[in-house]
Amino acid sequence: MSVMTIVQAINNALDIKLEEDKNIVVYGEDCGLEGGVFRVTEGLQKKYGIERVFDSPLAESAIVGTGLGMALSGLRPIVELQFDGFTFPAFNQIISNVSRMHNRSRGKYKVPMVIRFPYGGGINALEHHSESPEALYAHIPGIKVVIPSTPHDAKGLLISAIESDDPVIFMEPKRIYRAIKQEVSEEKYSIPIGKAKVLTEGTDVTVVAFGAMIRECQKAITMAQDAGISVELIDLRTIYPLDKETIAESIKKTGRLVIVAEAPESFGVGGELMAIANEEAFLYLEAPPKRVMGFDTIAPMAKGEHFHLITPDRIFYEIERTVKF
Amino acid sequence: MIFNDFNPLEDKIFRIIDNDGEVINNEWMPTITDETVIKAYKSMLFARTADEMSVSYQRQGRMFTYPPCVGHEAIHIAAGLIIREDDWLVPAFRELGVMLAKGVRMKEIFMYYMGFEQGSNFQEANHVLPICIPIGSQYLHATGIGYSVKYQKKDEVVFPFIGDGGTSEGDFSEALNFAGVWKVPVIFTIQNNQYAISVPVQDQTKSVNLAVKSIAAGLPGVKVDGNDFFAMYAAYQEAAEYARAGNGAVLIEALTYRKGAHTTSDDPTKYRTKVEELEWAKTDPLLRLKKYMDRKGIWNENETELIEQYKQEIDAEFTEAENYTPYQLEDVFKYMYVEMPDVLKKQKADYEQFQNWKESRK
Repeated sequence: MSVMTIVQAINNALDIKLEEDKNIVVYGEDCGLEGGVFRVTEGLQKKYGIERVFDSPLAESAIVGTGLGMALSGLRPIVELQFDGFTFPAFNQIISNVSRMHNRSRGKYKVPMVIRFPYGGGINALEHHSESPEALYAHIPGIKVVIPSTPHDAKGLLISAIESDDPVIFMEPKRIYRAIKQEVSEEKYSIPIGKAKVLTEGTDVTVVAFGAMIRECQKAITMAQDAGISVELIDLRTIYPLDKETIAESIKKTGRLVIVAEAPESFGVGGELMAIANEEAFLYLEAPPKRVMGFDTIAPMAKGEHFHLITPDRIFYEIERTVKF
Repeated sequence: MIFNDFNPLEDKIFRIIDNDGEVINNEWMPTITDETVIKAYKSMLFARTADEMSVSYQRQGRMFTYPPCVGHEAIHIAAGLIIREDDWLVPAFRELGVMLAKGVRMKEIFMYYMGFEQGSNFQEANHVLPICIPIGSQYLHATGIGYSVKYQKKDEVVFPFIGDGGTSEGDFSEALNFAGVWKVPVIFTIQNNQYAISVPVQDQTKSVNLAVKSIAAGLPGVKVDGNDFFAMYAAYQEAAEYARAGNGAVLIEALTYRKGAHTTSDDPTKYRTKVEELEWAKTDPLLRLKKYMDRKGIWNENETELIEQYKQEIDAEFTEAENYTPYQLEDVFKYMYVEMPDVLKKQKADYEQFQNWKESRK
């Protein structure tokens, strides 16, 4: 065991897989020599050579499109896109080809590829550096979307993503890249994709979140405890495919649902979770499910970001209202 | 024509003064008055001072991430002298000097990097698009504006900027191709400052240079010493005449060096050497123009006093930016749509209710 940040845990997972499988290559803008702008791939080029860990020219569509080509021909590429807001030039490749090749070829070709990128707000950044586009990607049939919330999960989920024969979008909560430290095993282990985790058991209300919002929810839960409210907290871990069973079971138990996510509220993951509440636990509901999500606006720049960021007191406020409904 | 005589396929570079400020290519020396040269130098000095102060404000924690422009002043100020009030500036994010020349205020630049979107609403600058962060995408907008002004028979030229890294994006090639097909008045500038964050231009492309990328699109292109004010001025002058006369678009590769970091979040010591930095320092655009003026004996100003005066002006702009009206909840929503949908009004109202609750608990 050793104490790791999310950055170190991801680096460790990449290291383990690069060591184990010669067909894995890692590339993207600045991720060779420099080790990426967040230093997630630091030291890997030195250890595995420039043929396996390298800088690409600056073109996101090309990074993903060439990655697809590699995945179709025997390699297992792990590509990095530099920021959430810079993934969109690659959107065409993801939605038109990466997600479809297995189906298009009727199973003849598989796409064992991981597309990693940092996402989310809270770092006082310029435009395009604070976005949470999970719903855009989760809406594409043919890909999986995974978001870890701790160093332990980041490592185990990334190893599963790399070993998946289906393409996986792996979104990394940049706000807590280094903010959370945790004992992580140096050995190889994996955490299954498609399974949520109940982090805290409770009886009054189910709170569902993922990524950087987990930490905010945990703070809100402390406030709720002080107010005598028992909260069950679920970390989704995987956005698509959603673990309907775990979510529905919890809602049946508590009768109430609060969803916390940074992305714009409309047409997002929150709506999908509310659909689960309706479809799977309708008769158990004691209050309308509530979304605590970003506004339907562009993520504001630094001076306005505090309005947009989901804070523990706002989560608590909605928990209390839901319980008192 | 510069664009004919300096063939990028042969990797020729257009240069007028050397590193000692000596004119080595007199036949191409543009007609320019001493007053204009002095004015240009002062503008370059102002831009550099503003840039250095920006980095310093960032270091003091009074603004957020900032991309320094130091070393790019000859390109910016030469373009700034040629670009007219009605011409269009389509920046990436490292074009401070041209933006200032177009009438953007330092206060606005500061506001932007303090985290106010309002800093992109250039009050006194005509036809300047906001800073465009998604790499290369702005090149297409420039081609579209080029079509627009041509269709509307306006005497306007478009000046888009991109970096060396941006030339790898599909949007770059697409913009040049469309501009060729539509024959629009656009002067594409590539600021080749040798690095896209940590990646050197040699790893970005195996093209002999970047100007050569004009050829496939059927556009004239030229590689210019971007740290040579006179070469940049002459190239822009010819390009603007060409474009204004209805001949279509051109591409200028301005060879320069990013003396600073990519942004204040970047550490260049991780990927380049001090030796390299010192080698490029000899080509510094201010140094060269100053040497030229000294040779000609036309520079009689006290530079220390000038810098002091600029610093005061810049600091006054900074103070104004710092004292700008605090960000309101309204500012998050106000400009999302011309006509705000009800769902946004509701989200704002809900948030206000939360704020009231929060207030009531104090």
